[in-house]
Amino acid sequence: MAFVTANWNPLGDAFYRKIELYEMGWNLKDGLRDCLVAAAPYGGPIALLKAHNRCSPSARPQLEIFSSSGLPLASFPWKSGVVKQLGWTVSDDLLCVQEDGTVLVYDLLGGFKRHFSMGNEVSQSQVLETKIFHSPYGTGVAILTGALRFTLATNIDDIKLRRLPEVPGLQGAPSCWAVLTQDRQSKVLVANGSHLFVLDNTACTPVTPPGLSPQASSIVHMCVSFSYKYLALLTDSGHVWMGTSNLKEKLSEVDTKIKAPPKQMAWCRRPKSQQPSAVVMWDGLLLVVGECKETIQYHLDDDSILVPELDGVRIISGTHHELLQEVPGACEEIFKIASMAPGALLLEAHKEYEKESQKADEYLREIKEQSLLSEAVRQCVEAAGHEHEPETQKTLLRAASFGKCFLSNFPPEQFVSMCRDLRVLNAVRDYTVGIPLSHTQFKQMTIQVLIDRLVYRKLYPLAIEVCRYLKTPEYQGVSRVLKYWACYKVCVCVYLFTPLLYSNILYFVLFLQLLFNKVALNLSKLTPYCMPSCMLVYTVVMYLKNELNRGDFFMMLRNQPVALSLYKQFCKHQEQDTLKDLFNQDDDHEELGNFYVKASYKEQRLEARIAHLQSAVDEYYKAKNEFSAKTTEDEMRLLRFQRKLEEEKGEQLVGFSLHDTMTTLLSVGLHKHAEQLYKDFRVPDKRFWWLRLKALAEKEDWEELEKFSKSKKSPIGYLPFVEVCIKHHNKYEARKYVSKVTLEQKVKAHLAVGDVEGAAEAAIERRNESEIGTVLSRCSATTDHLLVERLNRAKATVAKK
Amino acid sequence: MAHTEWRDAPELPDFSLLKRLARDQLIFLLEQLPGKKDLFIDADLMSPLDRIANVTILKQHEVDKLYKVELKPIVSSSDQLCFLIRPRIQTVKWISDLVNADKVAGRFRRYKIIFTPQKFYACETVLEEQGVYGDVTTDEWNFYILPLDDDILSLELPEFFRDNFLEGDQRWVTTAGSALHLLQSVYGSFSKVYGIGRCAKMVYESWRELMEEGEQRTRQPEFAKVFLVDRDVDFVTPLCSQVVYEGLVDDLFRIKCGTVELGPDVTSSDKSIKVMLNSQDKVFSEIRNEHFSNVFGFLSQKAKNLQTAYDKRRGMDIQQMKAFVSDELKGLKQEHRLLSLHIGASESMMKKKTKQDFQELLKTEHSLLEGFEIRECITYIEEHINRQVSMIDSLRLLCLLSITENGLLSKDYRSLKAQYLQSYGIKHLLTFANLRQLGLLEEQQAGETLTVMESKVGKLVNDKTVGKLTDAFSSLAKKSNFRALSKRLALVPKSGEEYDLRVPRDMAYVFSGAYIPLSCKLIEQVLERDGWTGLEEVTRMLNGQEFAVTGGSSSSEARNKTDAQRIVLVMFLGGCTFSEISALRFLGKERGCRFVVVTTAITNSARLLEALLDNHA
Repeated sequence: MAFVTANWNPLGDAFYRKIELYEMGWNLKDGLRDCLVAAAPYGGPIALLKAHNRCSPSARPQLEIFSSSGLPLASFPWKSGVVKQLGWTVSDDLLCVQEDGTVLVYDLLGGFKRHFSMGNEVSQSQVLETKIFHSPYGTGVAILTGALRFTLATNIDDIKLRRLPEVPGLQGAPSCWAVLTQDRQSKVLVANGSHLFVLDNTACTPVTPPGLSPQASSIVHMCVSFSYKYLALLTDSGHVWMGTSNLKEKLSEVDTKIKAPPKQMAWCRRPKSQQPSAVVMWDGLLLVVGECKETIQYHLDDDSILVPELDGVRIISGTHHELLQEVPGACEEIFKIASMAPGALLLEAHKEYEKESQKADEYLREIKEQSLLSEAVRQCVEAAGHEHEPETQKTLLRAASFGKCFLSNFPPEQFVSMCRDLRVLNAVRDYTVGIPLSHTQFKQMTIQVLIDRLVYRKLYPLAIEVCRYLKTPEYQGVSRVLKYWACYKVCVCVYLFTPLLYSNILYFVLFLQLLFNKVALNLSKLTPYCMPSCMLVYTVVMYLKNELNRGDFFMMLRNQPVALSLYKQFCKHQEQDTLKDLFNQDDDHEELGNFYVKASYKEQRLEARIAHLQSAVDEYYKAKNEFSAKTTEDEMRLLRFQRKLEEEKGEQLVGFSLHDTMTTLLSVGLHKHAEQLYKDFRVPDKRFWWLRLKALAEKEDWEELEKFSKSKKSPIGYLPFVEVCIKHHNKYEARKYVSKVTLEQKVKAHLAVGDVEGAAEAAIERRNESEIGTVLSRCSATTDHLLVERLNRAKATVAKK
Repeated sequence: MAHTEWRDAPELPDFSLLKRLARDQLIFLLEQLPGKKDLFIDADLMSPLDRIANVTILKQHEVDKLYKVELKPIVSSSDQLCFLIRPRIQTVKWISDLVNADKVAGRFRRYKIIFTPQKFYACETVLEEQGVYGDVTTDEWNFYILPLDDDILSLELPEFFRDNFLEGDQRWVTTAGSALHLLQSVYGSFSKVYGIGRCAKMVYESWRELMEEGEQRTRQPEFAKVFLVDRDVDFVTPLCSQVVYEGLVDDLFRIKCGTVELGPDVTSSDKSIKVMLNSQDKVFSEIRNEHFSNVFGFLSQKAKNLQTAYDKRRGMDIQQMKAFVSDELKGLKQEHRLLSLHIGASESMMKKKTKQDFQELLKTEHSLLEGFEIRECITYIEEHINRQVSMIDSLRLLCLLSITENGLLSKDYRSLKAQYLQSYGIKHLLTFANLRQLGLLEEQQAGETLTVMESKVGKLVNDKTVGKLTDAFSSLAKKSNFRALSKRLALVPKSGEEYDLRVPRDMAYVFSGAYIPLSCKLIEQVLERDGWTGLEEVTRMLNGQEFAVTGGSSSSEARNKTDAQRIVLVMFLGGCTFSEISALRFLGKERGCRFVVVTTAITNSARLLEALLDNHA
């Protein structure tokens, strides 16, 4: 107990203490040298990217993630571009800002989540410096580009890029800058030499810190407190200026007497602090500056980084992890040497009581006389909360409990909840968990967030224990953890088990989930893992189909393309109407139209068919697909026409295509009706001629064919006439049309009727080499040798030209 | 045999082992239901099953009667019913109805469903929903791969294409992954895997997961490399008319599961004959990869040789005659029979294919591939539609036109579509919707390009949604880029040059020298470069999704020229054509390696397009 004050250092009216949190479990060869390091506040994880400076494109540095105690959480080779900055979001996601302004997001176990860009401008002019900051609106990213402009996103979950105004007179990179959150806005504070500017959305305002010592010609470093309320500036003359961040008030100014630029500077201040103080770090030296002229100096053996916290600064080196903070009031009162504060007396009284000494009574009396016993108990309980060592905590709590015995109406809540909190805190501070939260931080962060963090680390049993122990309501506590656990397990199942097995596990998981709450499983969390194992998605979909009401179910499907397509497939076979509802929900009128067209083909009754088609027409119009709508309307007209004719003439027609209908009509001699269709349905002339031609040839009505050929100039030429006659073995009729065939097709026509000589004639006349060749191939060498000779000659002359 | 000519060609592993494995498992499953039973088999499993276990084997394991699944009420007196089916909801529903009908009739039977190659959860759900889950037992027959020939392995899953590419239903992905895993566990691991396409990537992932689960066996690998390719990477090739003998036989007579049924007009007898087409058929194996214009000449030469062989017996003495009859005659007879069949086939082929209209069809296809005289082509297609020449062929030409031209002009698209609908009915509105979805037949988008739209939308919504949208857009923007690809990869040889089909100089011979199949060209390029480097432009035009992974268990010292290192496994997801197989065989011959083709099914233009018609369901 006597040693509690051993690590205390006085500074002005207050004391500062440095507590060792952990001896680091990692084994780093070169410590933190040449590493890009980012440690999340609230005792969060630490990310390390080794050797990021070596820019050779082939080198693949290792990105490693550790817990605060240095236990490895993840490690993978970095394959993307050059990383400028690492940082953590409020929900323990790792942000890696690349040179080109792309930000990659990983979870704390190294799983890639997504990426986003900081805009074209950033990617063009490259990232010079980056700061990742937290505000009430989430985690933000601020970038200084190569073009010396700032781009800022206040919340990475809802990216709105803001480009801040130009800083006047900025030639090179500013000497230092920081992000502030003020008046519900994120601003950038930039120092260019001795000039200081505040950049907000609209303007760049020059500002002057009140009372900044005149020796300074340049501000070399600045830092903003955890709460954004205070600002510290370090000048090239070695002065630390501290004030409010709105630059209205100066709190103190201290000369550090060191002019070298520092490596890092951070506020070391806790709520209700007695004095403003900042920590400045140089190589091998750490300085705490407060209000007075003196400073506290610590020697550093190793490259370290500072992690500002709500109530102090954590110092992480290659081997150790420490917390530097102002000694909290209650602790100071109790442990200060020769303190006569009621808490100190109570502690002393309890000590004597343990020794079974009557002095206990004397001390007690002394407190009681001043009627400060309840104050003493309160002090002890509070101090216990600020102590890190469980033994000290116990001593203080025992003292408090002892004091309580002599109070009749003392409310127990404070004591009880402190005991509970401490038990939880000690559990999460454990080396294996590695979350060194202080009680102040814990209260600020809330139990909800702590449980989330345990879940991110997949410490499900611990999270559940914590919930149970703190009696968190089910829906916020145990069941929520179980849901996450189930999700995770399902993902693991996909990896571990063959398809056969995991449907059973899934039942179990779903059962659990439904037992606790009816919130839909977040399938999107699953899909990246089980793209290939659709069976799993299917299982979940089929299960949820029965468990959720239809509206919720459809809403869920909407965001799950894989699940949706699987379900559609199922509906196609099982539940046609559901399919319709699905399309309806999505306002997919095109698909609905197609759906009705399909349905119409299944109907036997004409009325029903037409009704379906009418629905299709409506949907197509809604989908602005006029083509399909018109075509479908035509089909309805055609169906009505077909039925009318069926009734009148007894020809089987309904369901035929337009072409087939016309063919049938022509073949049974209903020319007039065919003609009517030709006009009504805008049938192209060519098609109609082909139809007539074919029909007449089928009937071998050569006379009519001839009449037809003369009725008008044929839009399809006359070669088809020749061919159709030949097809029906009527060479005589075919010859009639040969003369009418156009020059280009003459050779073909002659050959079709078997008139090689005619063909030869035509080919030679046209001086067409390939046609001559075709004719030659049809000549037999024995019978037509004269012709062959002629053709060969012609070919030779054509070839010459 | 054809491949004996390939000097220095590596020996292929013995794939008949796969058949034995499948047979053993099937027998094991049948034994699980002791006693006499009736077996109902899915129609499309009949032929594959026949290759694994014929009726005799089935009878030996107490299969009483065999029925084809017809989704109609059954007549069976057996007390035990066994169903061997693909995992399809419809079939399972039918079985459930049977079981329920039996229940109503108070009849007690035992039912067993054997799903092949695996069961799907949805099928079990149906059993559950119909209330028969407890009445049937279910099992899986892991019959993933049917070796159709020495170098062709088929999953026999024609529905893979439609399910995966059109419906977005990825359940077969694991099947394909398992098939690769099976090959790996039987024949050893692969040293390198390449692939292109979304599905290919997923299949690889699924396979990798299986690898990680299973124990690692260090076996001498029997394949060097694996190449996975999605059918939608190259739609042009399967849409072209096939002119290589085997492909042409498939186009004309439809080869089913390695067997073709030749009708009376070919066999010049009164009945049709079923012929197995594979390398066991000596005549066929020599002509299968030839351009059909060469086949007839080859066959007549062959006939002459045969005659001389027969003629030898003249002037033989008794002893010689005896030897001749016992040693050679049987072989000659066999050859004779085959020869007459193939002559018959090629005769009817020549009859159909040398006709004017086929020549014109080919000419049009070649013009489209070359991007030459497009107006004339459109006129030709229009006439083709107007004359109702062939529903499928018209569609095929339309698709070719669209892909090669990066979509049709609005005016042409509407007019051709309207004409097509007039010819074949408006149910094809659905067909057109499907074709558009797959990017096979599209209308060119006038006005703003997608990237402009994308950035506009991007400003309105947050980053996460933009990601999703970009995905959506890129799938929308499935531009074929055929012209640019063809230029880049020199797919279409310069016109005007004479191409001697007798002595092919490149893979273009499978399309009369007019076009090198894109899929095969990609394979060639990637193998040559040992990866995708240098092909960035090409992959970008193919919508990326390429990958190259070095296998885990490849030992670098074994990298030298063992036979196995020269065998390349190519998996086509969504089917491959015989023309592609011929092209790969040619490539293998050129490069001194051999290709083994694994495909989800053998396809051709007709099968591909029929799968996209929507009037059946």
